[in-house]
Order: sequence, then structure tokens, then C-alpha cells
Amino acid sequence: MLVALKPLLTAMTGSIRDLLPIILVIAFFQIVVLSQPIPANELIKIIGGIFLVIMGLTFFISGLEMGLFPIGESMAHAFAKKGSVFWLLVFAFCLGFGTTVAEPALIAVAKEAATIAAQGKIIEATDAARDSYAFGLRMTVALSVGFAIVIGVLRIIKGWPLHYIIIGGYIIVTLMNFVAPDFIIGIAYDSGGVTTSTITVPLVTALGVGLATSIKGRNPMTDGFGLIAFASLLPIIFVMIYGMVI
Amino acid sequence: MLEWFYQFLLTFVSTIRDVLPIAIVLFGFQFLVIRKAIPNFRKIIIGFFYVLIGLTFFLQGLESALFPMGRLMAEQLTNPAFIFEGLSTVPENFHWSHYHWVLLFAFLIGFSTTIAEPSLIAVAIKASQVSGGAIGIWGLRIAVAIGVAVGITLGAWRIITGYPLHYFIGAGYVIVIIQTLFAPKFVIALAYDSGGVTTSTVTVPLVTALGLGLAETVPGRNVLLDGFGLIAFASLFPIMSVLAYAQLSEYKARHKT
Repeated sequence: MLVALKPLLTAMTGSIRDLLPIILVIAFFQIVVLSQPIPANELIKIIGGIFLVIMGLTFFISGLEMGLFPIGESMAHAFAKKGSVFWLLVFAFCLGFGTTVAEPALIAVAKEAATIAAQGKIIEATDAARDSYAFGLRMTVALSVGFAIVIGVLRIIKGWPLHYIIIGGYIIVTLMNFVAPDFIIGIAYDSGGVTTSTITVPLVTALGVGLATSIKGRNPMTDGFGLIAFASLLPIIFVMIYGMVI
Repeated sequence: MLEWFYQFLLTFVSTIRDVLPIAIVLFGFQFLVIRKAIPNFRKIIIGFFYVLIGLTFFLQGLESALFPMGRLMAEQLTNPAFIFEGLSTVPENFHWSHYHWVLLFAFLIGFSTTIAEPSLIAVAIKASQVSGGAIGIWGLRIAVAIGVAVGITLGAWRIITGYPLHYFIGAGYVIVIIQTLFAPKFVIALAYDSGGVTTSTVTVPLVTALGLGLAETVPGRNVLLDGFGLIAFASLFPIMSVLAYAQLSEYKARHKT
């Protein structure tokens, strides 16, 4: 019994260590800076919540190593062995599009953006206009993430150096700052940040590293990473274009 | 208790909804295109289940304990009554240094939430495996966390002072490009990835609350225009800090021999 519990306890200690900084920061500001003691009934709720977070992180990390990493890698190997670039790219697109289109953080940003657009008289201030604007923005971002993973996978296959593409992307973004309408710029940058969720990141990373490992002449360290970078950069460009077109 | 259980179920359902499209794509392609049995299928299913349960616990715990307090804290710290001791609005001739507690909070909350970010832990584990330990799990996580902390502090300072967002982002890109030319090649892709992983579950809600709190109270700021953009800082600065981390380790290794 004790032997079985040991790995769990080790994992939980790790999660406690991961969480300790937040607890310390919040306690410091609450007690020292704002000098407000925490009421006793609140304290119980907070301790319960922290316990849940620790358990959650522990489960997530072991699930990562048991489920998300192996399936990402095994699919990368299977596609590399099959040798069909077409199906690999279709898969890459679906993975990018599918994981982004339903992302709650993106839905929230799109809604906020529609409100701004309506206030700025870019679109009519009706619910229908706002909904269609938000939906268009969501689709734009999801498409861009789909294309981003496709380009990223192509890069791994062909062995293109990442930094030229990314720097090229930065230059495009910087130039577009001058031509895109002001209200869309903040939204565009933020939509680059919200596309990469907690489940997508491990999966996409495992896919990239798996591909770079199974394709001859590729190095998993220099070629395997970089998919997330595309998925954060391309939405910025696409959203700015969306802001210019609409 | 009943309400809590209801909340828990809601979180669980929404987590399932997040995982569902991913599962459909994965298993759809596995069965229709690859058409081969998945090795250790049972273990992978259990792993997915753990991820589901883990995320549910994690989000539920954050939502019931840390987020409400962190959000309230961001509101209280940016409130003029706290900063200018009893004034209800911000005076005309304020200096950004009045906001020192807000800036310290931005730095520390940026650092600490990044350390707890599950997707960063995932990338760090992979990077450490692939690099054969040349990139340490904790080294990468701390480098990224410092980047986020500096980024959010600077982003908060920008909202207070009101300089345009794109100046900072433009300058940041220039620095990243210069660093890329000199940084060790093996770390570049990983550094670019670090920008995207920092901003998911834990960081975004607290940082957004901070940005909105500032944009609402500082005179002359527009909530809708200035409230955005902090996330952009949190994605840009880790790239610099991870490149710098690799440059430093290389420099140290070279001067030891």
C-alpha cells in the first residue's frame, strides 16, 4: 500500500512546490500590503481550493506522460512511416482548427472585440451584427491556427530554418501595425496568446518532436519545436487582416 | 455543498467540451487514415481520463480559491483610494511611481502564475528529454517566468504612462531578432515556443483583471483599448529571457574550459 502511494506523494510534493509561489504572493499582498486578514470561513474554502489545484496538477502531469505525449508521438511516427505528406497536412490542419475553434478564451476575446467594434462604429450596434462579427473573428483565428500547424509541419519535413520564417512574420506584423485600424491591434496580439490551450500545447509539442525524430536528417531539438510559435504568430497577422477587411 | 458540487459538474462538462474536438481529430485520423492499433491503447485512454480529471480539479480549485482573491486584489491595488490614500479619483499630476505596489504585484503574479502553468511544465519536460538534460526543467521554467514577470510589469507601466502598445512590441521584436542572430541555434525554436505556452490557464485571468483595473482607473485610458495588450507582453518577453538563458549558459560553459 505504502509502496503504491509513494509515486503519488512524490508527484504531489512537486505540485505543492509549483503552487507555493502564487500562495506566497497572494498571502503577502493580502496580509502585508492591503493589511486585510482573511476571515476564518474564507480560509477553509481557500485551503480546500488549493488542495483541489494540487490534486489537479498531479493528475494532469501523470495523464500527460501516459496519454497526451505517447499518442502525439505515436501518430507522428505512424504518419512518417506511412509517407503520405497529404494526410499528415490534413491532420495538422484539423488539429489546429479543431482545438482552437471551441477554445473558451478565444470565444471571450471575440465577444469583447465585437463590443469594441460596435462602439467604434465599425459595425452596427445590434446583437446580430456583433454575433456575426465575433463568429467571423473566431473562424479567422481557427483557420490561422490550422494553417500555422500546416506550415510548421511542412517546415519540419523540409528542414527550413525556423528563424527566417518567424522573423519574416515579425516584420509583416510590424508593418501591418501602421495600416491596420487601431482598435484591432490589441485584440490581434491577444488572440495570438489565447490560441494555445493547456491540452493543445503538449499534444502539438509531442507531434513536432515525434516528426523530427522519425524523419531522417532532422534534429528533434532544433526542428521539433516551433509549432507553437507559428500558432501564436499567424493569428496576429490574420486578425489584423480581418480588421482591415471588415 | 450542493452548489459546489453543481459548479464542479459544470467545470467537468466544459473540460470535456474542450477535449472533445481534440479527441475526435486524434481518434478519427487514427482509425480512418492510419488504421493501425494504437500501442498501449488502454494506458492512453487512462491518461486522457487523468488529464480530464486533472484539469477539472485544477480549474475548479483556482476558481474557488485563488482567482476570486487575486481578482479582488488587483481591483483593490489599482483603486485610487488605496494608491492616493483616500482620494476617490486619480489626481491630474500623478507620477507612475505612485503605482509601485501595483508594479510589484504585476511582477510577482506574472512570475508565480507562470511557474504553475501546466502547459509550460509539459514543454519543459519534453525539452529536457529531447536535449538530454542540456536544458533543465527548472532552468527553462524560471527563465520563462522571469520573462513573463518583466513583460507584465512593463505592460502595466505602459498602461499607467499611456505610451502606445506597438512601440513596445516593435522594439521587442527588434531585440528578439538581434538575439536570434547570436543565440545558440538549438534553443531558438524552443524560445519562440515559450512565448505561446505562457498564456493559458493560470496567467490570463489574473493578468486580465490587473489590466482592466488599471485601464478603468487611470485617467485618459480607454478600458477597451488599453485593457488589451498585457497578454502580448507576456508572450513576447519570455522569448527574450529564454534566448538570454541559453546565451548565458553557453557563455558560462565557454569560460569554464
